[in-house]
Formats: sequence, structure tokens, C-alpha cells
Amino acid sequence: MLNTCVNTSPATRSWPRGRGRGRVAFLGQAVTRAALCPCAVRRPEVECLIRLFHTLVPEAGERRGATGLDRNAFRSVLHLTFGMTDDMIMDRVFRAFDKDNDSCVSVKEWVEGLSIFLRGTLEEKMKYCFEVYDLNGDGYISREEMFHMLKNSLLKQPTEEDPDEGIKDLVEITLKKMDYDHDGKLSYADFEKAVRDENLLLEAFGPCLPDIKSSMAFEMQAFQETHDL
Amino acid sequence: MGVTLTRAAQWTSAGSGPGTLEITPLNESLLNEIIKFTEGFHYRHPQEAAFVFREPLEWKTRLDYSVFESGYEISGTTVQSEDKDKDGQPLLLLTASTIRVCSFGELSRLLSVATEKKLKEAQACLEANRDPIVKILGPGYGTVEGEDMSMLRLLEKVKKDDDPETEIKMKISLLLQQLDMQLLNSSLKHISREVRLTPTSVKNEVDLLKHFSGKGEDTVLESLEYTSDYEFSNGCRAPPWRQVHGEICYLIVKPHDTNPLFITCSTAGVFLNGGREKEKDDIEYERKSDIYKDLVTFLRERSPKFLENMAKQEYTFFEEPVHEKQQHLEIVDTEDSGQSQKFYDCSEKNVFEKMKSPPVKGKPIDKKLEPSLKWKDTGLAGSQDAAKKDIKEEKEVRPISHELKKKASIISSGSVKAQSAAKRKVSEKSEEASESSSESEEDEEQPERHQEGNTDLPSEYWQIQKLVKYLKGGNQTATVIALCSMRDFNLAQETCQLAIRDVGGLEVLINLLDTEDVKCKIGSLKILKEISQNSQIRRTIADLGGLQIMVKILDSPDKDLKCLAAETIANVAKFKRARRTVRQHGGITRLVGLLDCVSMGLANPTPSQAKDIEIARCGALALWSCSKSTKNKEAIRKAGGIPLLAQLLKSPHVSMLTPVVGTLQECASEPSYRLAIKTERMIENLVKNLSSENQELQMHCASAIFKCAEDEETRDLVRQHGGLQPLATLLSNSENKELLAAVTGAIWKCAISRENVTKIIDRLDGVRLLWSLLKNPHPDVQASAAWAICPCIENAKDAGEMVRSFVGGLELIVNLLKSEHKEVLASVCAAITNIAKDEENLAVITDHGVVPLLSRLANTNNDKLRRHLAEAVSRCCMWGSNRIAFGETKAVAPLVHYLKSDDTAVHRATAQALYQLSEDPNNCITMHENGVVKLLLGMVGSTDEILQEAAAGCIANIRRLALATEKAKYG
Repeated sequence: MLNTCVNTSPATRSWPRGRGRGRVAFLGQAVTRAALCPCAVRRPEVECLIRLFHTLVPEAGERRGATGLDRNAFRSVLHLTFGMTDDMIMDRVFRAFDKDNDSCVSVKEWVEGLSIFLRGTLEEKMKYCFEVYDLNGDGYISREEMFHMLKNSLLKQPTEEDPDEGIKDLVEITLKKMDYDHDGKLSYADFEKAVRDENLLLEAFGPCLPDIKSSMAFEMQAFQETHDL
Repeated sequence: MGVTLTRAAQWTSAGSGPGTLEITPLNESLLNEIIKFTEGFHYRHPQEAAFVFREPLEWKTRLDYSVFESGYEISGTTVQSEDKDKDGQPLLLLTASTIRVCSFGELSRLLSVATEKKLKEAQACLEANRDPIVKILGPGYGTVEGEDMSMLRLLEKVKKDDDPETEIKMKISLLLQQLDMQLLNSSLKHISREVRLTPTSVKNEVDLLKHFSGKGEDTVLESLEYTSDYEFSNGCRAPPWRQVHGEICYLIVKPHDTNPLFITCSTAGVFLNGGREKEKDDIEYERKSDIYKDLVTFLRERSPKFLENMAKQEYTFFEEPVHEKQQHLEIVDTEDSGQSQKFYDCSEKNVFEKMKSPPVKGKPIDKKLEPSLKWKDTGLAGSQDAAKKDIKEEKEVRPISHELKKKASIISSGSVKAQSAAKRKVSEKSEEASESSSESEEDEEQPERHQEGNTDLPSEYWQIQKLVKYLKGGNQTATVIALCSMRDFNLAQETCQLAIRDVGGLEVLINLLDTEDVKCKIGSLKILKEISQNSQIRRTIADLGGLQIMVKILDSPDKDLKCLAAETIANVAKFKRARRTVRQHGGITRLVGLLDCVSMGLANPTPSQAKDIEIARCGALALWSCSKSTKNKEAIRKAGGIPLLAQLLKSPHVSMLTPVVGTLQECASEPSYRLAIKTERMIENLVKNLSSENQELQMHCASAIFKCAEDEETRDLVRQHGGLQPLATLLSNSENKELLAAVTGAIWKCAISRENVTKIIDRLDGVRLLWSLLKNPHPDVQASAAWAICPCIENAKDAGEMVRSFVGGLELIVNLLKSEHKEVLASVCAAITNIAKDEENLAVITDHGVVPLLSRLANTNNDKLRRHLAEAVSRCCMWGSNRIAFGETKAVAPLVHYLKSDDTAVHRATAQALYQLSEDPNNCITMHENGVVKLLLGMVGSTDEILQEAAAGCIANIRRLALATEKAKYG
């Protein structure tokens, strides 16, 4: 898949023909330069992503400003393309993408976010996941936050007296596993150490990264289709 | 409730008149359920609680009028409730000790008044009112068997008129039916835990206990007798009129430490009865104790001495009811080679298989096959579990459940005695059957050691159980957390492994492998990989179809997954059935595919290339395990595995080389592989790795060379690549017995080439080193060294001189004839044959008493030993009066019988020995007496010239003697 994109680069060079295309190329360069210097996504891929962004936000072309994907539009992308289902997590993913907190994912934020999704190193992914899970943004994942994120993770047994008992226990198990400094909450250092020790814990509190299948499907579609346009 | 009360509740059957409810756990729980229902009734259904029963429930109460307080009118000993029905009758009336209650409301209140006596009250109430529903709702609602139409009728009625009472009745009826269902469900749980003894199970248990009863300190009981010798055709000893109550037989048991116990065994269990009065034949049948589920449990409870001595015997036992379906025969091969060495079966496989040495002392002899008679070790476990199992087995039609198999194989040395001769016969038969297969079951069944008593389980057990619960009921997030947390336990520990299995964790883990979620699969495999070190777990994984799924995972694009799956297969495929499963599901081809690794030769592989190398390593590990089956060896070859293995053999890493060489040496038992190892130039690398730091790798290399050096060209290649030097070095400085055995094996084969001996081994002082290994305490090493010595002597220059130069060497080897190991004996006989070729040495070993030692061995039926022994005898006859000495030490007669063996090599050696022995007239007489002529005459017609000649020579000697005698007699 990557190859198809790389192969597009001669074509991109000859792009400044139409006005719209020139803008895309320009933006692509700007984004690459500004935000993604050691960018994992190659330039042609960035351009593909940008074009995809514009198909998702058609009116952005007219107004040329701070607009972009709003919460609902972004969530439908997450749901339909990356198969995410948990409302709360999707909300948090939106927040993580929306770096400037203007309730809208701009083209730059879009490319940056997807760069982590598709080409992120473990380091980047850990930072991103931690941000998603740190619900109140205080730099720690607390017991309460964990409980909140895990509360739907167990099948409710009708026989159980306290249905939350299992969740509470699960939170304690998680803390036992990940809270290295024993302060009853997870700092980034705790999280990082635990994930490095056991990669499976990267998405410990709910899926917030695309799984391999949907991300491959996405790349196939996004990079190829836009090329075909 | 009606159905439960008639069907499930245990009414005393023995008594006459109105039945009483026995105090059994089942009844108690039923009563408690009913009480709970009634107590809460007026809160939950206030309207229905006020409903007046058609007839009051009436029973004899033990409650005193004094307990009634507010809400009741008390006058003297009469108590009335303040609530009255529409006719002004009190809803509750207590006169003297009779109580009448007319509504649920009053019942609930009564129960709360009764406090701790409520159980008794409920019992009394139900005993007096066998079908309470009839009294509550009217006769139309009586409990009927089969289809119950009352609800339908009621529904009709409700539809027709709007009598509020009918509606209430309907509700109550519904509620009661609900309760009934609930009670039935809970009683089902109880019943499923109950035991039903059968006459057979009782008989077996009694018979077993009898084996361990008698006078003396160590027995478990002093005596154990039936009260009646007569056994009815159904296996019961109780008189028929007691049999109807489920009683099977009565026992008088005399423990060491208490008075004799009179015991009833009934289908419900074992309990104490009233005993037999003196001079009276009748037993008092009334039950005097709790019911125990079998005799052992009962006695354990009653006699501390019994418990103590049972523990001393180091096993407990129990019988399962013998149903034909459940009887099964489990065949377990005792061969326990594992990854270790078994040299002798390579070149002389058939011979070895036939003479397989008897099991080492303390090892169960009859392990190969166990009928349903089950043994369990350690005192604590057992009976409680037994009950469970019995029930389980009765339910399961599957004859070879996993549990059973394990049990069946558990047998301690002491138990051998108890095995009946008949069983042994069967077992021998199956032994032969199992040996006819070229594959052997390396994986020994482990005795189940884990304890069933809940109190003894460590906290990990419960924690793991909880985690499994989350695995079962969690989404993928919870599952991953539970999996990661489970890995923090010490999964190498048996408690943890069995904890996972016991709560159905393996099923869940294997199910996870079938999901789409990569993380769950990885997490699950990481655990399976660890716990599959345990042989019971391995079997369960195979039983649950785990191998098929793991084979499928080998196709996954995820490299981690591939590695883990291959590693887990490597662990699980340690027994025959598993290896077959892997092959039959295309696993071998896929595993061979993993070996194909282009980045092998790279000096600095990228992380991704390193991963590919790791995949290849895991593939080799799995193939190593699989390669213990002949068909898999073939499958590996067909899948193109040999060139790939040759490629991997160039790796510099021990972790890669060990499984690769392991696989090669395993497969080198096949001629096709031996050829390929030679032609693919693998000998060079094998030789190179003899100098590895890693002893395991050295051992596999040596044993691969051992197997391949059957071929002369290969022997030369070993020499040309400088392999003899490291082999000789390994002889001198290794304490590792498997390694020594492998190295001596390799030297043995290499020494067959004269050039190897004369040029190298001799010069390297190899023979002296081999000789010193004869002092090694391990029989494998001794035998292997003695074998290796044979070709060395044969090929060395001035061998006789060399042998004499080893101080005490000849005495040492002669004394090895006192060994108990057949393989050692055979190899030493072979060595002596070679040593005796030198006359001077023959004289020395004769002085060391070789003749009587050889004669002592003559009575053997091991063909390999027979052959080498006969050769040694034949050689040793060449000196002095040894011929006469063999006759005097009674070696001749047994030798004659060797001629009846099926092995032609034995015939040849024996005929030669007899020919030598027949030079002495007394020996001729012995031979003749043992019918040698007829046997030899047959052999004269053999195509084997040496045999022919020896046989003819022997006959000639005998004939000549006969003629001489006749001449002397008749002139």
C-alpha cells in the first residue's frame, strides 16, 4: 500500500496546475514542515490525508479558516472507519486530536493525529493513549477515571449483589500491575514503564487506536482512492 | 413446592406412618428456601398475604404460648391472632401444642416469632401437611404428576368472572409454582453433589480395605467383615426387606483404636447402625450417625489411627461404580526418553525393543495399562472429590474423560501388590501392542498431586480463579487486563497451572485464540505457553482442540502471534496424539514454512529481520517436539525442511542451533535424513558445534553424529572435519551423563572405521578415556563406553598390549558383569569377546573369575544379552580348562535353550559357543540331555555358513563321544 503512495510522488510534483491542487500541495508542505518534521507519514501520504480531509469537510475550502471536523463528524469517522464504539473513548480521542481545544479538528490536527494512528512509534502512541485516558487532564489516571472507563467492561451477572464490585476489583488489579510508585494513581512514568514491560497494556482502558485490520483498510482506501481521483 | 416436596425432599422411608423429613443438607436447604419465601411474603405481596387458606395448616408446635407477644390475644395456654377472617375466626390459633394457621401473613409472623426454632416449625408444618397447596388453595390445586392443568383452569375462571379471590388465588398459585421451580433448581444442585453407592462400589471398597487390614501396626484396620456371607444376585447382602430401603450390606469394622463399629452401607451412603445385640441375630437398623459418602470417609472420621495409617500407605483409593461404559484401558508407554538419549535402539532397534530392561525399582510396573481401578496418592485428597467424580462420570458418557485418564495412571509402587494377576496379563498384552508402534509416548503421565481440600489451597488459587471469571465475563479491555495480571503469577507453579484448568480457564484461553482480537490472542498464548510445561495441561489443551487453532494462527500476518503459537505447539506436542494432531491439520508444512528465513546470514539484522529469525527459531522448536514421531519426520522431509534446517545450522546462536540440531538428531534415526545430513554438508557444522559452550548443544551434535556414523563415508567426514578430537576431549572433562553417553556413542560408531582408531582415537588416548568411563556410576555411560571400546580394540594396533597397560582395567571390566543393567551386561560381554581375542588377556580375565560370572548370566531371555554372552563364552572357552568350568558352573543347559530363540544372531553365537563347549565330554552329555541334537540338526540346514558349520561341528563332537562310549562298552 505504501508503495502506491510513494509512486504518486512524480505526479504530485506536477500538480501546481489547478488552483485547488496547488493549495493542497502547499498545505502539505507547510504541515510537514511545521508539525511533522521527523514525520512518520511520508509527504505524499500527507497529501492524501489532506485531500481526504477536504472530502470530509467540503465547505472548508470556501471559508478557509479555523473550521474543520466537528465532534460529531469526527466521531462518525472514528466509528465508521476505525470501528470504535465506546462513546466516551471516542470523545476522548476527539479531545486528543483537537489540540487547541476549539471543538474542531483542523487539517493540521487531522494529519498529526492520523500520523500517530498509522505510523506512530510506541513512544508517541503511549503519550497519546495516556492523554486519552487521563480524563481530567491532571497528568494522572486516577482510580475514579479507571472505574469510569472500565465500568462497562464486565458482563453484569444478575446474581451479583454489587455489580460494581467486579469493576472495582479490576481497577485494583490494574493498579497492582501498573502503579509502580504505589501512589494509588497512574502517572505517565508508571504507564510508560508498564507498557514497555508488556505492550498489551498500551490500550489498557479501552481501544483508542485503530486495530491493524481497519488501519490497513483505511490506508488502502485513503491513499489509493485519492490517488485515483 | 408440591413437586419438590414429593420428589426431591428426602422423606424417611424406613419409618411407617406419616413420614418425617430427615435432617439432611438437602432438606435443610429446601426448608431454608421455603422459610425465606414465607418470611418475606407479607412485605412483597401484602394483598395475597391476607388471603385466607381454604383449610388451616395444622401441626404440633414446639412453640410455647409465652413467645407470642403483641398482635396476639393470649388467654391461658391459648393464643389467638388479633386478625380474624370474615367469619370472625382467628387466622392463627394455638391450643395446647396444636397450632392452626390460615394465612401467609400469619405464617410470616409466626416464623419471625419462632426465631431460631423456625426451622423446626417449618419442618413440623410440612410433615403434617404433605401437600400444603391443597390446604391453601383447595383440592383442585393438588400436586399432580405430569401436565398440570390447574393454571389453565384458573385462567379460564378469571376470564369468566371477576371474583377478586380467584385472581388472588391465581397469583398465589403462580408464586408457589415459582417457588417450586426455585426449590427444584436448588435441590438439583444438591442432588448432583450426592453420591449413590452401588453394591459393586461397596464391594470393591471393602475388598480394597481388606488388603490393608489385619494384625500389626501398619494396617489401617484390625478387621473388616460382612455380617452375612450370603450375597444376593444383585450384589447386596442386606435381606430383601431391607434392600427396599436402599441398604446394600452391613459391616463390622474393628479399627485399631475404637470399639467395633456396626456399619450400614446403603445407596445413600455409609452410616453407623444400632449394632447387633448379643445372641441375637437381628441388627438394629436405625441410623445412628450422619451419612458419609463412602467407607473411607466414614472411617477417616471415626478412627484417627485409620487416618494416620492411611497416610503411611501413601495413597488412598476409591472405587467408582463399574459401568461397562466407564471401563477403559489407558495405554501409557513407560519409555521416558524425552529429549534424552537412547542409543541402543538406533542400530539394533528391534533387539533393544524386545529386551527392554525391567523398570527401575520404585517405578510402577503396571503403568502401561490401568483398568478402572483407581488410585490416588496422598492422604488428604480423595473421597470428597471421589463423589463428585462419580457423579460426573455417570453423567458423561464419554468414556475417556481427561480426569479419568490421569487418575488411571496414578499408581504408587505399593499398589502393585494389589493388582490382580488377570489385570497384569492384560497389561502385558497391551505393552506388546504399544511397542509394535514405532513411536513412543515420551510424555509420562504425571500423577495428579494437587490437593482438593479447599483449606489447603494457597491464595493464588483463588486470585487466579477470579481472573478467569473476568476473562469469561469481560470485554476485550477487561480480558487484556486479566491476562496481563495472570502473567504476574508464577505460572511455572503447578498450583497456578491447575487453578487455571480447574475453573475452566483453558477453555476460555483457547476460545480467545479463535477471536479476531490480536491482543487477546497474544495474551492468551503467552499464558498457554507457560502453563503447557505441565503435562496434564498439555493434554487438556489437546483435548480442547487448541492445537488446531494454533496451527491456524501460524498463518497469521502478526509475527508475535506466529512465534507464540509455534512455541506453544512446541510445548504441547510432547506426546504422540498431539504430534499426530499437528500433522493432520497441516501443522508440519506451516512450521517448516517458518524456517524459511532470508535474513539468517545477516550480521546486523534490523528489528524486523531479527523477528524473522526468531520466528524460524520458534518453528524449529516446534518441529523438534514434533519430530519424535516417525510420520512427522517424513512430513518434515516432504515439506522441504531439510535444506532449511541445513541453512539454519549455520547460525552462530546457540538458541537457534539447539532446536535445529535437536530436530536433526531426532530425525537421524531415518536413513533418508542420514543421507541428507551427509550430502547437505551438515556434518561439518555438527562437528563445529561439538566445541560449543553449551552442553545441550554438544550433546545433540554428538548424538546426531552417533546416529549418522553408521555410514562409513560419514565416519570419514567426521574425521576429516576434525570431529574426533573434540569428541575425545569431551570424554575427559565432562560430568554430564547424557553428554557422556552421547559422546561415547559417537566414538563407538566412529571407531568402526579402522582409520579413525589408528590415526586419531588411539593417539588421543581415547581408549584409556573410554576405559575410565567404565567407572562412571551411570549405567548408560558404562554401557556406551563398553560398546565404544569394542571397535577400538578391534581396530587398534597392539590392542592386547594396550589393554594390559591399563592398570586394573581388566578386573574393572570383569566386575561390570555384576551389573544389574542388561544393556551394560551386553556391552561388557561384547567388550570381553574382543579382549579375549588376546590370549594373555584371556588368561588374566580368567584369573579374575570371568567364567562363573558369565555362567551366572546364562539364565536370561534377553536376546541381545544372549547373543553377546554366547560370543563371550565361545571366546573364553579357548583358555585352559574354561570349557570344563563353564560346564561346572551350569552354563551349558541354558545355552542350549538359546537355540529356541527367534533371533538368528543368537543362534549363530550360541552354536559357536556350543561347538566350543562340546569339546568337553561332560558338556556333551548335558547338551544331549537337553535335546540339543534335534535343535542343531535344524540349523545344519541354515543358509548361514558359520551357523551351519558350528552346528555340524557340535553334532560331530557329540556323535564322536557317543561312538567312543559304545566302543568302550562293547569293545
